Amino acid sequence: MLLRPLFVVLALSLSLVVAACGSSDSSSSTQATTAASCSKADLQTVSSGKLTVGTDKPAYPPYFEDDKPTSGKGFESAVTYAIAQKLGFTKDEVKWIVVPFNSSYAPGPKKFDFDINQISISPARAKAVGFSAPYYNAPQAVLALKGTPAASATSLAELKDAKIGVQIGTTSLSDVQNIIKPSQQPQVFNDSNDTVRALKNKSVDAIVVDAPTAIYLRDFEVKDSVVVGKFAGTGTPWGLVTAKNSTLVRCVNQAIDKLRASGELATITNTWMGPYTKAPALS
Amino acid sequence: MDGSVHEGAGAQLTTVPTDRRAAREAARRQRARRGAAISIASTIVVLGGLALLITQSKGWPSVKETFFSWDAFKTSFPDILRGFWLDVKLFVSVEIVVLVFGLVVALCRTTRAAALYPVRMLAAVYTDVMRGVPTILLVYLVGFGIPALELPWLPSDPIVLGGIALALSYSAYVAEVYRAGIDSIHPSQQSAALALGLTSAQSMRHVVLPQAVRRVAPPLLNDFISLQKDVALVSILGPLEAFRVAQIFASENFNYTPLIAAALLYIAVTVPLARIVDRMQSRGQVGARGAVR
Repeated sequence: MLLRPLFVVLALSLSLVVAACGSSDSSSSTQATTAASCSKADLQTVSSGKLTVGTDKPAYPPYFEDDKPTSGKGFESAVTYAIAQKLGFTKDEVKWIVVPFNSSYAPGPKKFDFDINQISISPARAKAVGFSAPYYNAPQAVLALKGTPAASATSLAELKDAKIGVQIGTTSLSDVQNIIKPSQQPQVFNDSNDTVRALKNKSVDAIVVDAPTAIYLRDFEVKDSVVVGKFAGTGTPWGLVTAKNSTLVRCVNQAIDKLRASGELATITNTWMGPYTKAPALS
Repeated sequence: MDGSVHEGAGAQLTTVPTDRRAAREAARRQRARRGAAISIASTIVVLGGLALLITQSKGWPSVKETFFSWDAFKTSFPDILRGFWLDVKLFVSVEIVVLVFGLVVALCRTTRAAALYPVRMLAAVYTDVMRGVPTILLVYLVGFGIPALELPWLPSDPIVLGGIALALSYSAYVAEVYRAGIDSIHPSQQSAALALGLTSAQSMRHVVLPQAVRRVAPPLLNDFISLQKDVALVSILGPLEAFRVAQIFASENFNYTPLIAAALLYIAVTVPLARIVDRMQSRGQVGARGAVR
């Protein structure tokens, strides 16, 4: 009996997914024809006339400030409002909801139009969700407490024997395993707070997080810590997560492209991430 | 019985009750057949209906891909199994500590001497507090709190800390189980032992405890089934045990199948344990009588 309303909800919101089951090619081509316009009135959003955006709680700097995504302050908050503006939404029409990272990729109807939470784009992940074009590339960096052997490391080889902590769901773990190849298993924590706590407790010698977070932590959170260095390369691209085959992706991508072309994205990036990018490269 | 009585009396007399008996048995067989047919049919209808309901639902293809992907299962399983080995080691060591420490707490709570009141009180506070705090919270507090003290002689390994938290929590439950067992032994046992010249400690050790422990073996095992699953809570402290490894795979590929794989591993251990408990419980009456004898 309870299943009936559930089915109605599924039927309404998953019609796209079902269309995709037959053939993903045909569904994407129908999207292209049905959603030709990216004007606000034509956008199919979760609640009409509003842009519902998800992020995890707590929302950390430098991506959000004071755990308030609505402030427009912090890199991802600023990016969101810039995209929303390009799509025709006023600041008041952007509604933020809390989406824990682990539930952002759950199957079934999404409660958000897009989720912005420093999520790396990868082909494996794209099988389950839709990704926008990247809005940032983040290299990973190593943060250690002053005075420890890890803090004075100048090369990846010197980090091999360190006890390393990372946060689950980040690309840091695969970077640690593939690039540092540590002699002992890294410790994997639930969230940023626990990872930082483990470093402060000296349960781990160093933590690996994205470079802006590492520099932010060094400057404001973890006394007597040093950014040992960032991994070479441009890092992994971050994208907005949407429902798979969402009609919104094309329009969001258009907005991101416009922001990039006009230099607005670069300005936002410089404003919020500028102070948090300088770190020596590790090789 | 009645068949054998009539057997000697002649062929004609035996046929009547035998017929009746045959009819009764035929009816019984038919009833049994019908019962079996109905239970099979209803099982097929219920399970088939459920399967149909699930597989025909609109979201099923995406659920199937996200929760039951064979590829994801295959690639993640070896690592999860390695993680599970850590769970097993942790479970066994915590279990041993819990068995001993729980008994100590139970013995403290069952003391009678007036001078030992503080011991009784501390044991009661301990069981109340430890059973009152959610296990995950205890793991968190011990795991992140103890290293924060920065005392070099305290353990800092997350597995050891997690094990300590689990042992603290489960010892409280197990102490109460032991206590129930001790209280269930009739006071006459103790009196008889004292009358035979045993000291009260000896009577506890040789008379009360052997009976009590045997009596509470099934609920003790029940707690260990629960502990066997709860070792996954240690994952919040960072070690790569089965649940954490599964979560890592899940978040890396946005696919929940590895969590199903981890669940299967926990089930593979808990179900046999549960069957053992069932068997012990069904023999419970015999065991208890045997103990008193």
